Amino acid sequence: MCGIVGLFLKDKSLEPQLGELLSGMLGTMCGRGPDSAGFAVYGEGEKGETKLTLRAAEGYDFKALAAKLGDGIDVVARATHAVLTVPAGREAEIRAQLAEVAPDVTVVGAGARMELYKEVGMPTDVAVRFDLAKMSGTHGVAHTRMATESAVTTNGAHPFSTGLDQCLVHNGSLSNHRTVRRNLEKAGVKVQTENDSEVAAGYLTWRMKEGRTLGEALEDSLNDLDGFYTFVVGTESGFGVLRDPIACKPAVMAETDQYVAFGSEYRALAGLPGIENAKIFEPEPAKVYFWDRAAA
Amino acid sequence: MNASTQSHSFDLAAATVRDLNAALHALKDGSNASLWRVSNPRGLHAIAAGLDAPVTVEIDGPVGYYCAGMNKQATVIVRGNAGVGVAENMMSGRVEVEGDASQAAAATAHGGLLVVRGSAGARCGISMKGVDIVVGGSIGHMSAFMAQAGTLTVLGDAGEALGDSIYEARLYVRGSVTSLGADCVEKEMRDEHKAQVFEKLKSAGLDGQVDPSDFKRYGSARTLYHFHVDNASAY
Repeated sequence: MCGIVGLFLKDKSLEPQLGELLSGMLGTMCGRGPDSAGFAVYGEGEKGETKLTLRAAEGYDFKALAAKLGDGIDVVARATHAVLTVPAGREAEIRAQLAEVAPDVTVVGAGARMELYKEVGMPTDVAVRFDLAKMSGTHGVAHTRMATESAVTTNGAHPFSTGLDQCLVHNGSLSNHRTVRRNLEKAGVKVQTENDSEVAAGYLTWRMKEGRTLGEALEDSLNDLDGFYTFVVGTESGFGVLRDPIACKPAVMAETDQYVAFGSEYRALAGLPGIENAKIFEPEPAKVYFWDRAAA
Repeated sequence: MNASTQSHSFDLAAATVRDLNAALHALKDGSNASLWRVSNPRGLHAIAAGLDAPVTVEIDGPVGYYCAGMNKQATVIVRGNAGVGVAENMMSGRVEVEGDASQAAAATAHGGLLVVRGSAGARCGISMKGVDIVVGGSIGHMSAFMAQAGTLTVLGDAGEALGDSIYEARLYVRGSVTSLGADCVEKEMRDEHKAQVFEKLKSAGLDGQVDPSDFKRYGSARTLYHFHVDNASAY
């Protein structure tokens, strides 16, 4: 089944509440995916710096790890995850260092502003562990998972990130993910897990590497991805939604002057401010919806 | 309103849908507890499902899945949008949605009337078996798929594959139809059909707003009733 929620703020004054609103939305979707959860939040970012979200075993000493990586690296640990803020120019070097000195630590996401957290467990518990309610930002997506195509593991939880500041959550299952995976390998895009949704994320990353915008990449996926899906994707400045041509999986959206919100069901939107007067609609099948802060 | 009518208020922020439905299920024929006002529905599922008494339930806001499912006798009014499967398998009574309805509205419904003032999503009236559906706006793709009996009257447009594999239901569409499904064809709109459209519009309170002769009628070409090897590609 799976549940998706997403919130893209237009009104700056709501930014301090992003995490609180998103965590409320996520909680309503527990029934659609009680086995694991995750979220990506686009918060503050400094020019010239990259945030790396890391994941390790419970109790891991991320501070000691940061110290090993040299000066000028800031670390904020939250349960099994930590965000390292590193000079953008040193990202590749630090990734190489991490692979060497801490092979048991996984980089789950990277970007100028994106932080990404995911774990197995009840979605409300996962949100509390990472203190989602206290996070601020411009937009975020979250997912509750009911596993179908691969096992219940942290690696199989959403969102998936396969490019800087890019993340994807998926409700559905893809039927040609093995073929797409082979094609991506040839194109040099790395898909790390056995999960079909990560293949979709990798596919969009590949299209954008080829110079397509997120909106165009989503258009391309209508031709190349087979199966059923509702995708919600985030980039540094944008937020996109796509449903498969027969609209197998549910989706409801709300738009006001203050925000654009996505929910697998209306229940997820019911607590948002001003929802009584929002424009509520179900996204059309096979139609790309895309909002971009840069364009606004 | 009848002076003997008893009105009840029910707040879904303070009690559960299960409590509400249990109270509604306990009503018997001849009960005078005939008006129920439900507040704070917040998209919750299965509100007023399985009713079997001549009551009126007014829901003040958007509802989730299967609202008024399996309805018998009751009138259920939704002052907002409805989620998937509103009035699914309705047997009798009346369900009105003041906003839009999601997918599979009145799926498999045997009787009664569903009125959607806004638009309905995909698969509206899928496998309908005798219900009357009136939609003020448009309907989505694959509507009236395998429809067996009843009427579907649409003031707006219909999406792709309308009436695929249809049996005997009558589909009346005033606007455009993106495409017809297998074995669904346009049929002549005779006086009896215009009269039927008028009757359905009237029961939905929409008579006088549109002209019944603006509608086109669609129904079964009856070539898929029995398996015939020449039709294999259409199944």
